[in-house]
Amino acid sequence: MFRRLRENLRKTRQALTSEIQATLFEDLSDETWERLEEALIYADVGAATTAQVVGQLEQEATSGSISGGQALTERLTELLAEIARTGDDRIDLTPEPTIILVAGVNGTGKTTTVGKLAWHLSKELGQTVVVGAADTFRAAGVEQLEVWAQRAGAGFVKGPPDADPGSVAYDTIAAARRDGADVVIIDTAGRLHTQDDLMAELAKVKRVISKQIPDAPHETLLTVDATTGQNGLRQARLFSEAVPVSGLVLTKLDGTAKGGIALAIAKELGIPVKLIGIGEQLEDLRPFDSTDFARALVTE
Amino acid sequence: MFDSLAEKLQATLADVRGRGTLTEADVNAAMREIRLALLEADVNFKVVKSFTNAVKERALGADVIGKLNPGQQVVKIVSDQLTELMGGAARDLTFSPRPPTVVVMAGLQGSGKTTATAKLARYLKEQHGSSVAVAACDVYRPAAVDQLIKVGAQAGATVYEQGTDQDPVKIAAWARDRAQSEGKDVLIVDTSGRLHVDQELMAELANIKKAVKPHDVLLVVDAMTGQDAVNVAEQFAEVVQFDGVVMTKLDGDARGGAALSVKAITGKPILFASTGEKLDQFERFHPDRMAQRILGMGDVMTLIEKAETAYDQDQAAELERKLRKQEFGLDDFLEQMRQVRRLGPLQSLIGMIPGMGKELRGVKVDEREFDRIQAIILSMTPQERRHPELIKGSRRLRIAQGSGTNVQAVKALIKQFEQMRKVMRQVAQGRMPDLGALMRQAR
Repeated sequence: MFRRLRENLRKTRQALTSEIQATLFEDLSDETWERLEEALIYADVGAATTAQVVGQLEQEATSGSISGGQALTERLTELLAEIARTGDDRIDLTPEPTIILVAGVNGTGKTTTVGKLAWHLSKELGQTVVVGAADTFRAAGVEQLEVWAQRAGAGFVKGPPDADPGSVAYDTIAAARRDGADVVIIDTAGRLHTQDDLMAELAKVKRVISKQIPDAPHETLLTVDATTGQNGLRQARLFSEAVPVSGLVLTKLDGTAKGGIALAIAKELGIPVKLIGIGEQLEDLRPFDSTDFARALVTE
Repeated sequence: MFDSLAEKLQATLADVRGRGTLTEADVNAAMREIRLALLEADVNFKVVKSFTNAVKERALGADVIGKLNPGQQVVKIVSDQLTELMGGAARDLTFSPRPPTVVVMAGLQGSGKTTATAKLARYLKEQHGSSVAVAACDVYRPAAVDQLIKVGAQAGATVYEQGTDQDPVKIAAWARDRAQSEGKDVLIVDTSGRLHVDQELMAELANIKKAVKPHDVLLVVDAMTGQDAVNVAEQFAEVVQFDGVVMTKLDGDARGGAALSVKAITGKPILFASTGEKLDQFERFHPDRMAQRILGMGDVMTLIEKAETAYDQDQAAELERKLRKQEFGLDDFLEQMRQVRRLGPLQSLIGMIPGMGKELRGVKVDEREFDRIQAIILSMTPQERRHPELIKGSRRLRIAQGSGTNVQAVKALIKQFEQMRKVMRQVAQGRMPDLGALMRQAR
């Protein structure tokens, strides 16, 4: 497929993105598909998923089943959105209490996500929320979460310094049950998916939770930084092997990164994006909309 | 680090290598593989194009076709081109003749600025003997100041902070004055993470730069970054004209194409590589070595440098004496083991040995095994450590119980040690294997 990625060094990104909106499909040639491939590669969608989407669109266009720029643009968005739409993309809050475990690589925005999520649940949905600071490793990780919990008006449970994360999770759930809280959110330390011992530790946190409440955690969210490239797929795969990841939180979408790796993750692993982070304020956490996401992938 | 890319290029070029001559079709096929591998490695697609075009041009040149082993020459061309793209020789920080040397750390949220700040402080203290202060100018992220206070202290740096209510520009200027009056060699200014499109915060960063007049501004870039790395680097370059890059999280399995992209697009060198969560997992970035490593040729130079800093010359001389006099005991063995572990996790050391990357892929090093061995040795009396042959039934049982292991483990350790001692004796008596030849074989 990358025969098309061959030449055209001169083309700038600005030209690329402005052209893709309106006039890309006006004149169908090799260059059209090449430019589309570049746009998707540029959005971090990855070679395999890009090849699939562009291949299908090209096939539909050449067979004549779709024609016209408008129709092709819509079909492209549809194809991308279809891939993004996988599994259940809602967060079910019926279990009492609902246990949400948040995990991810260092610096992807776990603690911030936990803070925003707690704020949403408590301020907008009127739920009583308890957050547990099971990130006992990073210097000041606990303090950071405590500030967020206060802003969100959520209960806060922490352990002694360097406490076992599993024991913090245990204490948090015990406190939530004692107080009759609706939702428990457990923040965990950032870890690289390649660190086996830390992945085992995460699996242990999950086991501790499941021992207290057999079907918990009801939701295990993996934070993925939208600027992440193809390594995001490895992250999702290895985290899924340690704990049952039920959804992604695609963070930092307020920059110029498109977060196309989420598409590859949805396609390869069937894990849906459930939430997106679009800023540093408490209200900057939104539900995921596959059509909006698909549209943003190929336009500026 | 970059393992998979190295593998892919090797597989592609092994194919080329097997043939006598190169046709244009061969070159095209190889370039296609390289192109895919580089895209998969998150190298920016524009950079990929110029890279493969340049390699292709050189590979199709007259000096390759018709030569005896064109495959090897393609490897060399790719390697040269990669080295060129990565930026030639390693570069160091600019040290001011009139201290303090001021360094500003900048980058996106979560790229690892605060950790890198502490690591750089420790590095400068250890490698250059500098007295280092760090300034906490991230007043936005909750508890960022607390984090720097903790890791800064661990790094042996003085932490200048004024809480979170002050303007970061004022804190930076204040810290600079203080570093000057306290006679610090280096001041590292940690700033808050900011998006390259956030005009207000980018302006603030420019003001911090104006206020402290740094000798170096370092952009901290996550090795896992995708295509967007180029945007980020371009924007930061525009606003603060950074001088170099720190690549972080290189201990993961990301192929780190961002390193190639940032260098190629902005022309700024990568100065340091951060390779783990511990403060000492930080080293100078060597573009030339890195290119060799991308091609699967290992990173022996880094390994040797690591060994040099961890080993004490006097201890080495003492060890040599003991080996000659056959006094090498379990105590010495334990000390050796500790020194090797000081180099870093064995897993990451293995990656640096030429030829080991691929062969040892699946092998996991169980670091806890070392803890068990240590526990066993520490459960022995000094005399037992010097003369393990004394350890029989009841002593063995006592040691097993003392170390929380079992009799079999104690037995096995002593047996291994005896065998090792035998080999060492031979080595000490002059029957030294040719290390150079060993290295060449590994390659």
